[in-house]
Amino acid sequence: MSDDATLKQTPLHSRHVALGAKMVPFAGYHMPVQYPAGIMAEHKHTRTAAGLFDVSHMGQCFLHGPDHATTAGALETLTPGDFLALEPGHQTYTQFTNDAGGILDDLMVTRPAGEGADGSLFLVVNAACKDADFARLEAGMPDDVSVEILNGKALLALQGPGAHDVMSRLGPEAAEMNFMQAMSCTVAGLACHVSRSGYTGEDGFEISVSNDDAGALMDALLEQPEVEPIGLGARDSLRLEAGLCLYGHDIDETTSPIEAGLIWSVGKRRRTEGGFPGADRVQREIAGQRTRARVGLQPEGRAPAREGTVIEKDGAEIGVITSGGFGPTVGGPVAMGYVAFEHRASGTQVDLIVRGKALPATITKMPFAPHRYRR
Amino acid sequence: MSTLKFTEDHEWISVDGDVATVGITNHAQEQLGDVVFVDLPDVGSSVQKGGDAAVVESVKAASDVYAPIDGEIVEVNGALVDDPSLVNSDAQGGGWFMKVKIADAGQLDGLMDEAAYQAHIAE
Repeated sequence: MSDDATLKQTPLHSRHVALGAKMVPFAGYHMPVQYPAGIMAEHKHTRTAAGLFDVSHMGQCFLHGPDHATTAGALETLTPGDFLALEPGHQTYTQFTNDAGGILDDLMVTRPAGEGADGSLFLVVNAACKDADFARLEAGMPDDVSVEILNGKALLALQGPGAHDVMSRLGPEAAEMNFMQAMSCTVAGLACHVSRSGYTGEDGFEISVSNDDAGALMDALLEQPEVEPIGLGARDSLRLEAGLCLYGHDIDETTSPIEAGLIWSVGKRRRTEGGFPGADRVQREIAGQRTRARVGLQPEGRAPAREGTVIEKDGAEIGVITSGGFGPTVGGPVAMGYVAFEHRASGTQVDLIVRGKALPATITKMPFAPHRYRR
Repeated sequence: MSTLKFTEDHEWISVDGDVATVGITNHAQEQLGDVVFVDLPDVGSSVQKGGDAAVVESVKAASDVYAPIDGEIVEVNGALVDDPSLVNSDAQGGGWFMKVKIADAGQLDGLMDEAAYQAHIAE
């Protein structure tokens, strides 16, 4: 048992408790895993209306350099992303890699638009990795690029098909953006930095706001008829149905971006140029030397197959599940994991060993629930 | 008249003659959240007091259900296969898991009555 007294709280903690959330330890924070509606209802509400998530435990920082090329080039020494080509007001997904080509964390990188923003990049990293990420950035940036850790900022995610209408009322400028765009604007009269992105596969927004204004923003969003609060439980089932990786489970220090199926996030220029930690492995794997691949798995029947479940083909072990559970929108079990490269094809019949029994499953394309981004 | 008893692990057991019906308590289902699958034992198999008898899966996690007593499984609740949410809506009624032929009635004496169980979950 974790001692709640040692856990950190987000600026919205008292509101979660007042809403009746079940609070659990997560990445050193005391976080809402679900509200009284429950994970199933919260998941479905997000897919049909709009869900509000407190993700203030995640790490936010700026990099500041003399010009865009300097800052982008500095960050490119730590990740395989292409930030030189990133346009102002746009966001991209990347990973910090280690010298062995494994993934140390995954993150979102935004090039802010507007006067005075040139040379700055805005980063959002995972809560459990943020101290190590910030230390890595502090150590890895050249003298003319500084790291500004934003401990004074909260982060809220508004996700679902109703998110657009909500934003049209509270922050109409932000509602005009497309997927993976970002801007500074006011939402409900409060100064925010908004991106059109998220972790559910739905259209939606992530809103960075000062700790002091976070409560007022949450209240204003929850007043909207579409919006209900959603906990980490449904966040996990939503991202699993969307086929999105959870760091520490589907990607970690042993998995490369290529094995994980994240080659789309490795800049084309970076694939040939290299110049990031572990580039030799990434380039070898792009050239065809891969041993395993991340795949979706559709179990037959109703029994969920959880993380750690062994995947067999004709009685021989070929892989392991890294995320698995019940998909409320799918209405059945869904999973993802790694299999030996030669068995990766969609339609391949495999067995999942659940409590000693072989459960038939099919390797399948992801996402399980179609992405509905605004492009 | 049946007797209702409880375990520290949040199973209930309702004794009627030499057969006991077993399920998980309403408190347990509240803690688990939405139940999406129940893995029931085979009819004819034996269970031991405190040993694994079934598995209940919520959206988030799988949890073991233990046998409150020794015995033989004589029936399982097939309705849970099609509608696992019965465990949420009627945990101590239609959401029962299994019926066990009691091997040693003396084991029932060590289980909690309703008042003792309510005190246990209030701790």
